[in-house]
Amino acid sequence: MSAFKLWRKIRRTGRTAEPAPARPNGPTCPKAVALHGSVQLRHVDAGSCNGCEIEIGSAFGPVYDAERYGARLVASPRHADALLVTGPVTRNMAVPLKRTFEAVSEPRIVLAIGDCAIDAGEFAGGYGVYGSVADVVQVDVQVPGCPPEPAAIVAALRGLTCR
Amino acid sequence: MNGAALIATTVQVVVVVTGAPVLVGLMRQVQARLEGRAGAGIGQPWRDLRKLLRRAPASPTGTGWPFRLAPLLLVGTSSVLAAVTPLLSTASPLDHTADLFAVVGLLALGTVTLALAALDTGTAFGGMGASREVTILALVEPTILVAVLALSARVGSTNLSEIVSTTLHDPLRVASPASLLAAAALLIVVIAETGRLPVDNPATHLELTMIHEAMILEYAGRDLALVELAAAMRLSILLGLLTSLFVPWGIAGADLAMLPLALAAFVAKVAALGVALGAAEVFIAKLRLFRVPELLAGSFVLAVLAVATSFFFLA
Amino acid sequence: MPAGAGGDRGGVARADLPVTVIGWSLAAVAVLAGVGVLAALVTPRRARPVFVGAATAGIGVAGLVAGVAALSGQAFQARLPGLLPLVGVRLEVDPLGGWFVAVSGGVLAAAALYGIGYAGGGHGPSGRSTQAALPVFAAALVLAPAAAAVSTLLVLWELMALASLVLILAEHRTRPAVAEAGWWYAVLTHAGFVAILLGLVLYSADAGGDSFTDLRAAHPSPALRGVVFVLVLAGFGSKAGLVPLHVWLPRAHAEAPSPVSAILSAAMVNLGAYGVIRVGLDLLGGGSRWWWLLVLALGAVSALYGILQAAVAADLKRLLAYSTVENMGLVFLGLGAAGTFATSGAPALAALALAAALLHVLNHAGFKALLFTAAGGVLRATGTRDLDALGGLRTRMPATTVLFAVGALGAAALPPGNGFVSEWLLLQSLVHALPAGGAVVAVAMPVAVAVVALTAGLAVAAFVKALGVGFFARPRSGAAASARESPPPMLAAMGLLAAACVGLALAPTAVGPALSRAVGAATHHPATVIGGGVSLRLAGIAGTMSPLLIAVAVLVAIVVCALATRLASGRVARRRAVPLWDCGAGPPTSRMQYTATSFAEPLQRVFDDVLAPETDVDVTPHTESAYLVARMAYRVRVPDRVEHALYAPIGAAARRLGRLGPVLANGSVHRYLAYGFFGVTGLLLVLAVTR
Repeated sequence: MSAFKLWRKIRRTGRTAEPAPARPNGPTCPKAVALHGSVQLRHVDAGSCNGCEIEIGSAFGPVYDAERYGARLVASPRHADALLVTGPVTRNMAVPLKRTFEAVSEPRIVLAIGDCAIDAGEFAGGYGVYGSVADVVQVDVQVPGCPPEPAAIVAALRGLTCR
Repeated sequence: MNGAALIATTVQVVVVVTGAPVLVGLMRQVQARLEGRAGAGIGQPWRDLRKLLRRAPASPTGTGWPFRLAPLLLVGTSSVLAAVTPLLSTASPLDHTADLFAVVGLLALGTVTLALAALDTGTAFGGMGASREVTILALVEPTILVAVLALSARVGSTNLSEIVSTTLHDPLRVASPASLLAAAALLIVVIAETGRLPVDNPATHLELTMIHEAMILEYAGRDLALVELAAAMRLSILLGLLTSLFVPWGIAGADLAMLPLALAAFVAKVAALGVALGAAEVFIAKLRLFRVPELLAGSFVLAVLAVATSFFFLA
Repeated sequence: MPAGAGGDRGGVARADLPVTVIGWSLAAVAVLAGVGVLAALVTPRRARPVFVGAATAGIGVAGLVAGVAALSGQAFQARLPGLLPLVGVRLEVDPLGGWFVAVSGGVLAAAALYGIGYAGGGHGPSGRSTQAALPVFAAALVLAPAAAAVSTLLVLWELMALASLVLILAEHRTRPAVAEAGWWYAVLTHAGFVAILLGLVLYSADAGGDSFTDLRAAHPSPALRGVVFVLVLAGFGSKAGLVPLHVWLPRAHAEAPSPVSAILSAAMVNLGAYGVIRVGLDLLGGGSRWWWLLVLALGAVSALYGILQAAVAADLKRLLAYSTVENMGLVFLGLGAAGTFATSGAPALAALALAAALLHVLNHAGFKALLFTAAGGVLRATGTRDLDALGGLRTRMPATTVLFAVGALGAAALPPGNGFVSEWLLLQSLVHALPAGGAVVAVAMPVAVAVVALTAGLAVAAFVKALGVGFFARPRSGAAASARESPPPMLAAMGLLAAACVGLALAPTAVGPALSRAVGAATHHPATVIGGGVSLRLAGIAGTMSPLLIAVAVLVAIVVCALATRLASGRVARRRAVPLWDCGAGPPTSRMQYTATSFAEPLQRVFDDVLAPETDVDVTPHTESAYLVARMAYRVRVPDRVEHALYAPIGAAARRLGRLGPVLANGSVHRYLAYGFFGVTGLLLVLAVTR
């Protein structure tokens, strides 16, 4: 699309982001106090069906715009304060998840997104499943749902940044 | 070296250090609004930096003094550049220390230290980022120096303060073809040096497309804060240099009374340029890595044309 | 006051030897050379390198003293009629010659000290002939810029060539590549010698005399001047490594033992520049503009081609050798600019460009000697020059790494290195040319600036690769993992060179007066070119720069930044040791690191039209099925394209010519008698017709 057509589309579309819901009361976990309104997140797919990934993508998209609350997705766990883990932890992803967790510098927060991350959900007991995220690393925040709505994910993130 | 010049230089450095993350925030906010989002606000980069400063830095196995020294050297060279470049005033105690060639050299020094730190990590990403970064640095140098030649030919000196003063006293020179071509060439150079679209996407998560980001994947905490601050400072200084060379009105001379006006003018000009750059990035995509030399060759042609047309004013 | 030259026609040969510092130093050079040769022949093998090294170091120090004395204004002339038959030996050290004598002397002193340490433990050449050649080489190197007559210069030149050939061939029993390097060097240096011989003999035939004073006073025709200059440029250019006569340089400098490589790259190639300055600017008096534009063009091509090859080289010493080609190219670019300005009527700019070239000769000698000595230390400790197999030397050889980093900073021409200062001077002279000169200058100068800029950028790439891949991160092979630091004499020599580089980087105005005198001696227009104390100031041209202030400012900024972040971050954040981030897959092995070849791959791809890399893929399938691959071998090499394009056809033509030999001389007596008969008959016929 040419620049002019794109500009016209931008003008027509205007603002897509929905107005923010009410501000949360306080931080959802004690480690979030040190964040002061800025959290960098590293997403780890520990074997999910990608349903939660689509919802996370929507949460950071134009409609919900999680970035306005101070959250940002980053590429390296060293740059991150928190891990967004989705999916039941498969056997192959158990060790990588642990290593990713150790690569984050302290204080590190883990958010388990979706039912599979919380207690292996649909896939509990499968031969390829190691367990839930809590079996591998210490989980601080849980966002239940299969998949959880973007609004729930955004609420969890706002609980970390208090914005 | 007089007191007024010293005060002006200090104010310059302080403004650049405090304002650079705000500039980055402004550019991100403009992009967010154009994309229909609400954006995090222009203060978000400072919140990120404040949080990062209080986190522990990492010392990965196998790294040593090059890895630890690079963030400090980056911020150090950027601070010296902020002090030397005539952003607010042409009178500087460091005036006879550096000219445009020295400025280019200091920029290259910062890039080189980061590339060496990336190689020191011994990861494939670090090597890849360093390799791509020095390739682009090598290809950008001819454009910069030939553009400097075009600018200095009409002034008779490569000293930055002299060039800015001459442009202040002869405003019509800015509209000459030589100046416009040199400005276009230097704009592409600034985009390449600071790693913005279309040369490099600063917000990418795909390691195989990274150039600058790949070099800093191992940095954490305080080190990462310094590296991000240095990158923001370099962007502000280069945009400020562009405005000083081509749109210098508002820059104070030797008297302090004009300093507040110069400050306001500088902030306005750099903010305007930053907003324009941020908005333009919404409309373009990143170039394939091996198309970037074509872009840089195009900017070189613009610089050569600038030199050629500058002869018409010297004859 | 030196004694004047006395009469020499017939009669008793009388040597005129004024008693000055320079005279004593040069005499010491000759004496120490003899002592060194004697020491090489009589001392036992273990002690041989020490004695010879000491003698060579003495030669170096004496040369340095002589050069510095000449640069501080002392004049020296000497005639020794007895030493060479028919013409005698004439020596004269003016500030221009003194500059090169001092540079050669300094490099020799450091390299000799380094060689003493290098030879310990069975490394390094210790054979009689090799060790005997070293003092001879050193003496010829120091005395060649002091020659004041054509014959003296030629004799010393050839002596230097032969001695260096013996030194280059020192390790020919261990590696076959050494013999090949020796062949290339021998052929090219003698081809260059023939060119110099022809040019200078033509010139002195026209001048009617052999000494430089006679040549200066002569008035040859412009055509003869042009021929002489081109021949001399070809000869001296081949010694300096100008493209396309550079092909011996990467081979010889890489295969020679490291102390010898340092002397070759840092001292011997400078004499090529000296020859062109002496003959072109001093003796021929400037000449025509096209000469200097030719020099500029050749210098520009050499600089670009040299650094491009260095940027893609994976052999450490080959990289450094190609960097020498680049730096000599920059020196010749400065020379060409100086000559162009001189013939265009801009003497101040000419003096500045020449000063930039001479300063670059000095700076290059400093950082190149340092780089070669450090590379020699690495080769000695690990047994390999291959950057793809090195790495991790920062922990095993920390001092060598820091010293190599100092040299690399100078070679990459970044502030606050010493290479940056001379490159800044060169750029100032090119940039200020535009308002003054005519159309030719207007076209040539932007091209020259662009070439210098691209060269600088590629030099950064090459030395980031050499330092980062060769010394940082983790070792890529067992050889690199088992390296140990070099012995103290080697480190001491490297430390001296590093101190010189740092001094030149931070206080270049200290050599300002000497530089001005040298430039004045070459251009016959004495003037102060650069001055100032803490800041470099250019005479007559608006331009100042202070490397010391820049370095101090950066240091202060770093300290302030470190303190500020410590305060801002508080007690909480202590650095923690962590494993590398490997995407969770497992610890990365040292072979997963980027190698020198992979580092240079983007540059190689961008410039592949110029470099023409050769790729070989060798697929070995299983015997059972051609579709299953058992082994695959991949080789990529970047050959020297000039060698392929220029020398391979010449070699092929020479071979074809050689094959004519057995045809013409096939052993038949009848044919030989026929040659004789027809030859004499034809000659008689010609004589009968023409007389």
